[in-house]
Amino acid sequence: MTTLTALARALAVESGYAQPVRTVRHVHLSDRPLVFIPLQLAGEANAPLAALVGDDREKPRLLAVYEPRNRNQRFEFAAELAESVILPYIEGYAAGEPGEKDAYADAPQVLVPGPAAVTFTRLLGRSTRFRRTDGEWAVPASVPVLGWWLTYLAERAEHPSSSLLLPMTKALSAHWATGQSEAEDQNLASLVRWIAPPPGMTGFEAAREAEDPQAWPPAGPATDPDFDRDVLVGLIAMIRDASGVGGAALERARGALAAALATQLEQTWALMWQGVDLLRSLPEGGHVAGRWGDDRFSFTTNMRYFREGGFPQARRDGAVRAAARLSRLEREQRELEVGSAYDDPLVMAEYRMTGEAFRGTVTEAQRDRRVQEPGKKGAGALRPLIVVEAAEDVLVAPDAKVTCPAHPKQKGVVRDVRPQPGGATVRVEIELSGGMGRGSGPAPAGTMPAVGEAVVYTTLTGEFMPLPKFPDPELTPWTHGGPPPPYVPRDEDGNEAWQ
Amino acid sequence: MDGGFTDIEARLARLRGGQLPETYDARKIAALAGNPGCRRRSVLDAAAVEKRRVASYIGFPAPFGQSPFAMARESAFQAQVKDNGAMELLALLREVLGLDLAEAHYDDLGDVAGNVNQGLRYAHTRQVLTAVPQRRGTMFDHPLLRFRVAGRHAYLQPDLVAFRHDATFHVVMVRSFPVIDGQADSSGVAAAAIQSAVFVLALRDLLAGAGLDGDAMVHHETVLVTPRDFANQPVASLLDVRKQLATVRRQVARMDRVEDIIAPLPGDLTFDLDADDKGVPRRRPGDLADAVGCVPASYSPECLGACEMCFFCREEASEHGDTGVLGKAVREDLGGIESVARALRLARGQGPGPVPPDLAEAATIVRRAARLRGEAMAGDGAVPGHGAVPGAGTVINEGTGAS
Repeated sequence: MTTLTALARALAVESGYAQPVRTVRHVHLSDRPLVFIPLQLAGEANAPLAALVGDDREKPRLLAVYEPRNRNQRFEFAAELAESVILPYIEGYAAGEPGEKDAYADAPQVLVPGPAAVTFTRLLGRSTRFRRTDGEWAVPASVPVLGWWLTYLAERAEHPSSSLLLPMTKALSAHWATGQSEAEDQNLASLVRWIAPPPGMTGFEAAREAEDPQAWPPAGPATDPDFDRDVLVGLIAMIRDASGVGGAALERARGALAAALATQLEQTWALMWQGVDLLRSLPEGGHVAGRWGDDRFSFTTNMRYFREGGFPQARRDGAVRAAARLSRLEREQRELEVGSAYDDPLVMAEYRMTGEAFRGTVTEAQRDRRVQEPGKKGAGALRPLIVVEAAEDVLVAPDAKVTCPAHPKQKGVVRDVRPQPGGATVRVEIELSGGMGRGSGPAPAGTMPAVGEAVVYTTLTGEFMPLPKFPDPELTPWTHGGPPPPYVPRDEDGNEAWQ
Repeated sequence: MDGGFTDIEARLARLRGGQLPETYDARKIAALAGNPGCRRRSVLDAAAVEKRRVASYIGFPAPFGQSPFAMARESAFQAQVKDNGAMELLALLREVLGLDLAEAHYDDLGDVAGNVNQGLRYAHTRQVLTAVPQRRGTMFDHPLLRFRVAGRHAYLQPDLVAFRHDATFHVVMVRSFPVIDGQADSSGVAAAAIQSAVFVLALRDLLAGAGLDGDAMVHHETVLVTPRDFANQPVASLLDVRKQLATVRRQVARMDRVEDIIAPLPGDLTFDLDADDKGVPRRRPGDLADAVGCVPASYSPECLGACEMCFFCREEASEHGDTGVLGKAVREDLGGIESVARALRLARGQGPGPVPPDLAEAATIVRRAARLRGEAMAGDGAVPGHGAVPGAGTVINEGTGAS
């Protein structure tokens, strides 16, 4: 939370409508995302109850589990989910074999309602990836494959810059501020309706209306407890009774349950696609394609490893792997923050708020200034100097390294900061280097800020310390538990859930 | 003193009216301790008013319930663990507490010769638990404990088993959320920890009341029994609840003494639904809502998961235009300004009058934020077309007095 976002929330309260807190979209959005809305049975450890899933908004596919406490039916659900939807969707992005250093042209993108559905995905992956396809507890071959991919997607969802598995509430609330709390923004229906209420209603009114779980069933995976009590208990009992009879009675009972589950999912389906539309209405930020490129590479690498017969992911990371991963996540977070600020003046405004950036007008520009470096001959290096007059507090100090988002490859060093007489403006001298071509004359027009131009300079840079070196897992020091034992598939991995 | 206590009891009974008193549980005390400054909750809970019923009668039904599947699962798992004289539980406790006990005695304190009177049950629990230990290991199921909260004793009917080994008690809680690969849902563990801390305190009180050293006899490590991975096999984990003990103790102490909260309230105030012989309420809902409104609340979004009155209090706070409705972090980011309208007036540099000195710093912050936001949204045509989104393009208007 920042003061600018807090202010936007206050404005949303006053106006009755959500207010933008971003001017561009900072997440990737596929042309053909797969929407996945899972429901689970309350009280059980990851017992799937139903899912509405598909990449065509006109044709959602409903999968239902008729006795969620029956473990065989759970794995039948997993197999159907894998074979009819998820695996064909993923394979659709992995035709052919790209070169060692190339990536697939595109990658799958799964959209779920919120963070709880990401947890569901991770646990469904965990409960299926170790299953055996032979022996006493054999499951269909697609089940462990589904587990492999769901685990991969859920792991990527922890990467700040990844869009492979995207929770909709998180994506929307990153771009709009509502007039309610973050806790209430977790409700997809109320969040979407704050942003885009139906005609004749304010966002506030529409959102409040959407809090009635009878009219607006929760987006899952948890179901409405009243639905459980009033509808689900009876229908599951009916199926159990009809199982003895079989035939038409069982078909009828299953049909009734599927219809009831559909009522709990259809509105969320519409809201998910409305969310897609809202995100599409924002132009894509400049750094989004680069981040999606990282996702495509990651997907390509994992597909290659999978096709080579890679083992399922470990239950827990070893010490070296965990440390390396954490370090990567922190770096990605920082890259995301910098990229977003460069792409979006509203994000940059947050850094201006904290003094890490300032905006002003260029009043002088010495395009042919040269500096003789000690011990070097010749005309000296081209080091143009600009003067920026800022009408705001400037907290950067002389010698600070600064960058202008409009010229990201050009380095600047602050040479002088001087409040002007009268105190209305601050005069900042910045020496520039790089990004001006290789010519011997003055910096060509357009390669550096010109007099009269409004510019932003920030101490945020895209330059990072190199990632620390981590030892190979086999060399894990004893302080960190020593080398982890290599993974060997065990029989007990395959049958744990039946115990 | 005795007379005063009876007065309070009579006053609380009047507040409750004809409804049956609702029983306290550790969950409620944990929630109360989470918002000790809320007088409304303190009074309603002290008077044992059924908040769920009141809230839905005045048109703000509580946003949460428990699924019958979750309840069935919870009791099935408890039954499984406690089956056969709690054989399975004993094996787990032996392992987690490192005991070499071959067996332990299992005592069910839930039933006192068919008598359900709480006073009797409490007396029975006290008698059994304070008796000189005769056996090395004993499990006590369904003890009835008492906890002093908001100026009054509340009976706790925990689903707990107290395990006594030599002279030390361990509180045991059985919960049905899973521990998968050594990790459990953190909110579930946090709730179990704070609830078991309430039990530890209540148990220590009980022993101290009998002249025993309760603090030394009840261990600060409690045992949480949960299913492992995706199976029904139970696994026990130790929870060190010293931090939670301190939290509950501090919050309960901070909680206004209920006498002091009740004193300024109108003498004829009641939350009675005025039900007829068939149990149908006759009181006008608006009238009841006014009665609830007499006791000040302190709403925050955290109430949404914890208190049945939350929607009513949220509505009240929204009508006031409190920034706290948006969350504590938002209020702080707005420099602590309590009213949305005020924050926006300061942001726009609008009156009335000069900025009071205590708000000067906050005013500078919000003014600066408003200027930066306006600039960023107006600059370079960066604001995308929001044609389909009414109001979404609204920019703050500096000093124009618009809106």
